[in-house]
Amino acid sequence: MLLEVKDLYVEIDGQMILKGLNLQIDRGEVHAIMGPNGSGKSTLAKVLAGHPSYEVKKGEILYEGKDLLALEPDERAREGVFMAFQYPVEIPGVSNSQFLRLAYNEKMKHCGGEELDPLEFNDLLKEKAKTVEMDPSFFKRSVNEGFSGGEKKRNEILQMAVLDPKLAVLDETDSGLDIDALRIVSEGVNKLKSDENAIVLVTHYQRLLNYIVPDYVHVLADGKIVKEGGKELALELEEKGYDSFKAAGN
Amino acid sequence: MKAQAATIFDEAFRESIGDSAQPEWLVTLRREAFANFTQKGFPTTRDEEWKYTDVKAVASKPFAVGGANSEPSAVRSERFAVTGELIVAFVDGVFRRDLSVIDGLPDGVTIASFADSLDKEVLKANLSKIVEYDFNAFTALNTAFTENGVFIHVTKNVRVDKEIHVIFASTEERANFPRVLFVGDEGSEAELVEVFTRTSEARYLTNTVAEIVLEPNARLKHSRVQRESHKAFHIGVSKARLSKDSVYDATNINLGGKIARHDANLEFTGEGAEAWVDGLYLVEDGQHTDTHSRIDHTVKNCVSHQNYKGILDGKSRAVFNGKVFVHKDASGTDANQSNKNLLLSNDARVDTKPQLEIYNDDVKCAHGATVGQLEGEEMFYLLSRGLNEDLARNLLTYGFAEEIINKITVPSIKKELDEAVLNRLHARL
Repeated sequence: MLLEVKDLYVEIDGQMILKGLNLQIDRGEVHAIMGPNGSGKSTLAKVLAGHPSYEVKKGEILYEGKDLLALEPDERAREGVFMAFQYPVEIPGVSNSQFLRLAYNEKMKHCGGEELDPLEFNDLLKEKAKTVEMDPSFFKRSVNEGFSGGEKKRNEILQMAVLDPKLAVLDETDSGLDIDALRIVSEGVNKLKSDENAIVLVTHYQRLLNYIVPDYVHVLADGKIVKEGGKELALELEEKGYDSFKAAGN
Repeated sequence: MKAQAATIFDEAFRESIGDSAQPEWLVTLRREAFANFTQKGFPTTRDEEWKYTDVKAVASKPFAVGGANSEPSAVRSERFAVTGELIVAFVDGVFRRDLSVIDGLPDGVTIASFADSLDKEVLKANLSKIVEYDFNAFTALNTAFTENGVFIHVTKNVRVDKEIHVIFASTEERANFPRVLFVGDEGSEAELVEVFTRTSEARYLTNTVAEIVLEPNARLKHSRVQRESHKAFHIGVSKARLSKDSVYDATNINLGGKIARHDANLEFTGEGAEAWVDGLYLVEDGQHTDTHSRIDHTVKNCVSHQNYKGILDGKSRAVFNGKVFVHKDASGTDANQSNKNLLLSNDARVDTKPQLEIYNDDVKCAHGATVGQLEGEEMFYLLSRGLNEDLARNLLTYGFAEEIINKITVPSIKKELDEAVLNRLHARL
């Protein structure tokens, strides 16, 4: 098992958001976590990445059988956990290629792989950028600065392509995307999908799942999973809305 | 302090003015300036403009004044590695024709020492008119010792393709008073790079003035890089006067000095002009850096931008005092001003005071200042990509500085600054 979340309780600013969440994810699987606003979807994503504002009050998370919560955010990343941000952060003055090369080399150092100099890395980056149809002119630009919403999300998937995670959590990657950007991002994710990694799509809408087809759908309401099923569950949700599941959760 | 100042500089001044073969108008100007200095004395912290910057150490040091015979080869190898450009060299405040590269200038461009330019009407009409000697005691003292300076004149519609580098190198303990006068005639275009540097960690004084005149439609990119010795004192004033539709883009990088003060001033005298007065100060243990800026919107429809950033480490101190005056006739003014500071140590201190004074209703103005640590979300973003905490912090700090350094487009200088920032962070990126 790649990831096991057991009876997880998480608090932010004194408010309990996740209330006994259980989840199991294995390599080669695509999972969708769906739910209404405030159900705790993004909290789950951030806790997996190790955001310092979220406090785990109870439960555990095992990643490759080890205690994920014992690892710092950067250690998790180097171990292969990746979160695509809902709101990617702008870093003025730091170029995309410089940032990505540092991240790539940190991971290589950790895994005993070969670190790349700027020229070598540039070749790698050019190759990876094709995954999300990103123009090399973005490499020199400051990280996310002045990027449109769609460009920021593509940049997240480019980072995923470079860092090659084992567990990729995509937090509302579809939000704010027009139909073309949604297609490009989804195709990018599909290309990165393999038997070796798992992808977790955190989303409010079924729309994304037309492009990236999940093996499992989990419905989250009020801090816990209230229903699980295959991809057809997403369609049922689209039809009936979240209200019926909220009731079931209470 | 008056008495002290007088004893230190009296004799040097008498000697300097006595030997001088300068025209009467300049001798008179210098005498007036020295009288003004003698009467004023050095400022103290009781003076509002010098409240946070104590120059007692400058005032009490018995500096040698006047040209030294420093070894040019050392200077050449150390800091003059700028190739293929126009270079004006000053060593210990003395203009050095032998180290300068100003041959084969294009038609319509003058780059010459003051000594060779004193008969020029344009020089006479502008010298000490943009920055008047009574601006402060240091300006008075600089004006009193006006001997070494460079006069740069770009005539109508001439575009200078190469950057003009003016390098001020200090090699030993003395007081230096170099000046720059730049006049860009109508429609001219140029790039001026001033670099203050040193060949040793000496305790010298650089007291400098740069006057910039831009006639209608003239454009100037002006980079000023201050990399003095960390034991040195650097006191400088830059002021630009902008006529109609002219464009001035200044970037002031302040890295050196034990005590460093730069006044970056600007006056719009013609409508439709636009200016950037941006800067970065990066100081570490034992350094004090002070930027004062005054931007005067005296006429309609001019735009000014000011973005100053500071990074402070160790027991260091920075002062930012930026005034934007929108005078009553300056409707349609657009002015924005920002000063952001990053404190890397608990012992660092910054006093920031952005000020807007507006005497017209039809304006668009914004200003703000921040003092803080690196932002949590930015840190988390980098950590979540596998950068460890030190690396993430260094990268963010570097990025914070680069936003200003990136404005400098001369590759050799940009590279030096990148390295300086990384060295300061003890980082390899």
